[in-house]
Amino acid sequence: MPKFTPSELDAHKAKLLAAPAKKAVIKVGLNTCGDAAGAQPVMAAIKEEVQKAGLDAQIVKTGCSGMCALEPLVEVTTAGAAPVQYGRVTAEAAREIVEKHIKGGRVVDAYKVPSVGDMSSEKPVPGKQYRIVLRNCGVIDPESLDEYIARDGYQALKQVLSGMTPEQVIAELETSGLRGRGGAGFPTFMKWKLTRASRPGEQKYIICNGDEGDPGAYMDRSVLEGDPHAVIEGMIIGGWVIGASQGIFYIRAEYPLAIERIEKAIKQARANGLLGKNILGTGFDFDLEVRLGAGAFVCGEETALIASIEGLRGTPRPRPPYPAQKGLWDQPSMVNNVETLANIGQIVLRGGAWFGAIGVGRSKGTKVFAVTGKVKVSGLIEIPMGTTLRQVVMDICGGTSSGKPVKAMQTGGPSGGLIPASLLDTPITYEDLGKLGSIMGSGGMIVMDESDNTVELSRFYLDFSVDESCGKCAPCRIGGTQMLRTIDKIVERKGTAADIAKIRKIALTMQRGSLCALGQTTPNPVLSALRYFESEWTERLVPATKK
Amino acid sequence: MAAAAPGDLALIAKRWKDKRGSLIMALHDLQGRFGYVPRDAAQELGKQLNVPLARIYEVITFYNYFKLEAPGKNIISVCMGTACYLKGAPEIVAKLSEKLGVKAGETTPDKQFHLQQVRCIGCCGLAPVVTVNEKVLAKVKAADVVDQVYACAKGA
Repeated sequence: MPKFTPSELDAHKAKLLAAPAKKAVIKVGLNTCGDAAGAQPVMAAIKEEVQKAGLDAQIVKTGCSGMCALEPLVEVTTAGAAPVQYGRVTAEAAREIVEKHIKGGRVVDAYKVPSVGDMSSEKPVPGKQYRIVLRNCGVIDPESLDEYIARDGYQALKQVLSGMTPEQVIAELETSGLRGRGGAGFPTFMKWKLTRASRPGEQKYIICNGDEGDPGAYMDRSVLEGDPHAVIEGMIIGGWVIGASQGIFYIRAEYPLAIERIEKAIKQARANGLLGKNILGTGFDFDLEVRLGAGAFVCGEETALIASIEGLRGTPRPRPPYPAQKGLWDQPSMVNNVETLANIGQIVLRGGAWFGAIGVGRSKGTKVFAVTGKVKVSGLIEIPMGTTLRQVVMDICGGTSSGKPVKAMQTGGPSGGLIPASLLDTPITYEDLGKLGSIMGSGGMIVMDESDNTVELSRFYLDFSVDESCGKCAPCRIGGTQMLRTIDKIVERKGTAADIAKIRKIALTMQRGSLCALGQTTPNPVLSALRYFESEWTERLVPATKK
Repeated sequence: MAAAAPGDLALIAKRWKDKRGSLIMALHDLQGRFGYVPRDAAQELGKQLNVPLARIYEVITFYNYFKLEAPGKNIISVCMGTACYLKGAPEIVAKLSEKLGVKAGETTPDKQFHLQQVRCIGCCGLAPVVTVNEKVLAKVKAADVVDQVYACAKGA
């Protein structure tokens, strides 16, 4: 394999783009969800039919386009025609599609479904999908470096290494307004700047937080599985800017396919001079390794994550010192979320100003959400910031699956809050969601209809957070358990008004006194349910006895 | 079954010994080999990595992913992510629990089935989801789950 120099990378890209196109391209979504829905037999059937008929067709295994409810998905593009998307394809249907569409040139209407392209806009408009992070997901074969290069892959790295200064990259990030996509929304440029300035010349680390723990969210898994090189490119650029020679992917062990694809992509990048010694012939040395999580939600917190990489129990520690000063092995370290890193290449290539023009206020760019629960078309969407919750659930996702009215939505998973239907016109920004007592979070978005009960749902989240509390600090360890017991009393209709007051008191203690974000945000689902759906709580109370 | 195979352990130890902070990675390999972390294997690994057994237990008891006991021939995992929860995962657990006579987190006395609840496996579009060993069952209904599970179980 050749080790690329900047000019060779360009020449290779030009060669790939000049290659004659096949008469037909058949794409099969083969992420974890596609596989689970039965995409493997579909793939096998297509291969067999194409081979049998000796057709000039390219069969591509892609990542997830986000339309999870319609898996297995097959996309067919014939010469000169727009891509046609087929959904809920069985092996039998796949054979029919090859026969009629590829061979006969007739679209098989019975299996045709809307494609992501139909729902996206060319320009970023609130209320429509616009893909930056997911631009390659479901489009390219994630296991092919060539396909990534053909789609401007590693061009940003080339640009950075062959002409920009680290300060210029940081300035672009500042202009872009990109903020951490893991949930907290810390300005990314600031993190990069602080880590760069910290202890120059010493060993530093860049860490990718792929410990996606919110139950009901899988944005990061889809990006890691669907476009691994984009995250790797973000890591290399970040490493160069802060002065790190080593990067670490921390990925949940529950995501075997994401791990496999990242490991494969690392090997490809290394073999082609994009990782390792003397990257792109510029003298920059940087390498990556993968470390696995082991099922601890708290490890999404950066200091706990660092402890876990060190082979310890994943318990957080007080900050400061921040990882920028003292992180992995006490060296300056920078932890960035998967989605944040996947934005980097595009910001470098298209400019901070381009990114900063998308979105509203202090929330710039797009955000990926996994919309699930009682929604008609559940799946992964990417929308410009400022899109309203109503646009997401009604326009993009088609309303509720049951046809019943939306009762509430939940963002931010166990750390976020419920938002009632009356506030669905709230624009999705860090600030607006925060004002409602929820958070942007990492991208989980749950839709509830009238048949769901908010007391039970907030108990579900609380039970999760209590189970995941690491036990290090008392407010979280004891407070969570006591709150759960009190809610159980109310669920069993044995609680009184005094119990509601007790819950609020414990919540305040946890918010103010917990060591890390897990404890501080554990009360959010309960507090928001109390705030917006108080009657569901009070109707379960035992009437107060006369004094 | 818990008898540690010295060859395997030596390989795992060799792979991770010189890598800093690699205990969790070594334990992943160990569990990958045995299906759980047997005490004697952990002790032997500790010797080779120069990590006290107490440190190993400190780690394996913290992380949900590591199992301390042999999980049985077939592992049934019911996803308890929010989407699955809202779409009936608790009823699915109840149904399986009733049929198998064990609670979530337990193994049947004949060691054929281990029933567990898992955190989100990230297939929320297919909720509710149950996995039997490697096989993923999508959009499961409580009424059918027992038959579906038996259909893909190994030699039960």
